[in-house]
Amino acid sequence: MNYIDEFRNGEIAKKLVTDLEKSAHKVNRPITLMEVCGSHTMAIYRHGIKELVPQNIKLVSGPGCPVCVTPVGYIDAAIEIARRDNVIITTFGDMMRVPGTKSSLQAERGMGEDVRVVYSPVDAIEIAQNNKTAEIVFLGVGFETTAPTSAVAILTAERESVKNFSVLMACKTMPEPMIALMAGELKIDGYICPAHVSAIIGEAGYKPVVNKKAVPCVITGFEPLDILRGLRMLTDQVAEGRAQVENEYFRVVTPEGNRKAQDLLNTVYVKTDAVWRGLGKIPNSGFAISPAYEKFDAAKRFKVTVPEPKENPACVCGEILRGLKDPLDCPLFAKACDPENPIGACMVSSEGTCAAEYRYGNWRHNDA
Amino acid sequence: MTHDGIITLGHGAGGQMTGDLIDNIIIPILHRNSNSQELEDSVKIDMPEGDLYFTTDSYVVDPFIFPGGNIGHLCVHGTVNDLAMSGAKPVAISLGFILEEGLLIDDLKTVLRSIHDAARDANVLIACGDTKVVPRGKGDKIFINTSGIGVTRKALSIKGSGARPHDKILLSGTIGDHGVAVMSAREGLSFNSSIKSDTAALNGIVEVLLDANITIHTMRDPTRGGLATTMMEIAESSGVEIRLDERAIPVSKEVNGACEILGLDPMHIANEGKMVAFIPPDDAERALSIMRSHPLGDSAAIIGEVHQGRAGCVTVTSFIGGARIINKLPGELLPRIC
Repeated sequence: MNYIDEFRNGEIAKKLVTDLEKSAHKVNRPITLMEVCGSHTMAIYRHGIKELVPQNIKLVSGPGCPVCVTPVGYIDAAIEIARRDNVIITTFGDMMRVPGTKSSLQAERGMGEDVRVVYSPVDAIEIAQNNKTAEIVFLGVGFETTAPTSAVAILTAERESVKNFSVLMACKTMPEPMIALMAGELKIDGYICPAHVSAIIGEAGYKPVVNKKAVPCVITGFEPLDILRGLRMLTDQVAEGRAQVENEYFRVVTPEGNRKAQDLLNTVYVKTDAVWRGLGKIPNSGFAISPAYEKFDAAKRFKVTVPEPKENPACVCGEILRGLKDPLDCPLFAKACDPENPIGACMVSSEGTCAAEYRYGNWRHNDA
Repeated sequence: MTHDGIITLGHGAGGQMTGDLIDNIIIPILHRNSNSQELEDSVKIDMPEGDLYFTTDSYVVDPFIFPGGNIGHLCVHGTVNDLAMSGAKPVAISLGFILEEGLLIDDLKTVLRSIHDAARDANVLIACGDTKVVPRGKGDKIFINTSGIGVTRKALSIKGSGARPHDKILLSGTIGDHGVAVMSAREGLSFNSSIKSDTAALNGIVEVLLDANITIHTMRDPTRGGLATTMMEIAESSGVEIRLDERAIPVSKEVNGACEILGLDPMHIANEGKMVAFIPPDDAERALSIMRSHPLGDSAAIIGEVHQGRAGCVTVTSFIGGARIINKLPGELLPRIC
């Protein structure tokens, strides 16, 4: 068993599709299901799943890509710090091309600022230890999945007295925007809950969503058979009028989640209100570095102030992140905005909805 | 300064040190596959009869030594393959080095030995060369440019625009090996794997196909941008639709696993020793068995076919029977963050 081929079996897929059709037929009205994870967005496009699901099931993408939901002001702040003397910015690669108001980290690197791509926040600590006269700032972007690794970096810096290291924190939590989206214009019949985030927060993490909004939630793996089965479980809930947290990805996700990672989050961070691109401010949906570790908080260390950020008014990223529009509804898509020269964040990240459409979608041939 | 073991600016200055580098390091390693005894400003090549083909490419791979090979193999294989994909038999290549001050001479020797071996195995002459040295920080250890000339048999026209409806698409082996091997060796990306670059010269396998009188409409080696980008280019320039079957495309378990971890699609990853051939249906099965009997083609497969359909469109039937469109690789491959 290699955990890949088994979950891509065409015969089993056919059977799951038949079951899904029966279940969707029982509902007999349009069903809107939202995935809130960029890896699901990519997998749905890559395996041609939209084409396989019954016609009355509409799959929409939500705010599941951490790069996409990071507000422009954050990029502006990172650039402002990058331009200061003797600073090395360390970041995940996806952040490099995200446009700020006037520039991007990639453009800044081209102009001579020291911006380095790392694969783990712990690599940033190593850079700090090797460059003792410089200030090393890690851009802490992500959800409950990457937030614990930034926490480990902060604890490592504390333990090893790495004084020239700090984190510009913008990590976010998933359940809160799921609750917030239920009050929006789009009627959502069920959530395909993220696989990796759920590994950390467990089934328990979605109880508030179900309790407050009575919407079916199914934790779903990233392989195509996982997704088909997750869709069927959601459709069954809709058909039977249930709203529960169910776990399709039980080979990884436990009811209580990863306690060790949760402890790290609780030790190093406090919950805070956070601004989401496209969604605005959502109460209690972000992590901030707790007072005990505030010496590692880059926002405090550098006291950044940036002017009011500006976005291209034609870009519909915000509506895409709320599931209201598709990439093809955007006048900029594949014209002024493509992965080489992205205008909106949904095009930058490899897991953004526009990037998925650009890579795997039918846009090039729509008029054929 | 050769005894210090590193390249210095003096090695590129054209004087005594340059002469020493050529006489003591480069020629002794390359001599059996070059005409380096005659160090003239330009060189006369005895060309066999046929249409002349000319190509050039630059190699800047980082790191320059990776699992399964190094930049020396690449710079010979890449240029040989560009000629071979037009059906041309490679005759001679040039070798232009841009070395960064501080490069270890031992590393240069490793690269030179690989160039020698690759040229010998591909049966191509290293006809001329040049060496420049740039100050530390102005280059990245070693860059190489190679240009190559070759000749085709008479009346042969194999072009990217040659694919025709009903053609079968043959792929000579597994995809993604080179790109993943290089990524696995990159600083900061700490995953260990047994994946090796597939870097290889394809002129041998092409010769065998041509010797067997297989009709070939189009050939390409899917290098940067991977199989997906190559297919898009052919669909566009031939004005046809290409339909692939993901289940038929060979990918090794290791590459598949690495791609899952890094969030990459094997179809977008570079290869350096694989080819696709567009072959009319009558010749396809015979071509497949010829490919499979060649050491570089033992996992060859028919991965799809050409349709009249929508010009410039490439569709893939996925493992689970869904269909997707594929597009060219947009921008740089970046590992995902969650």
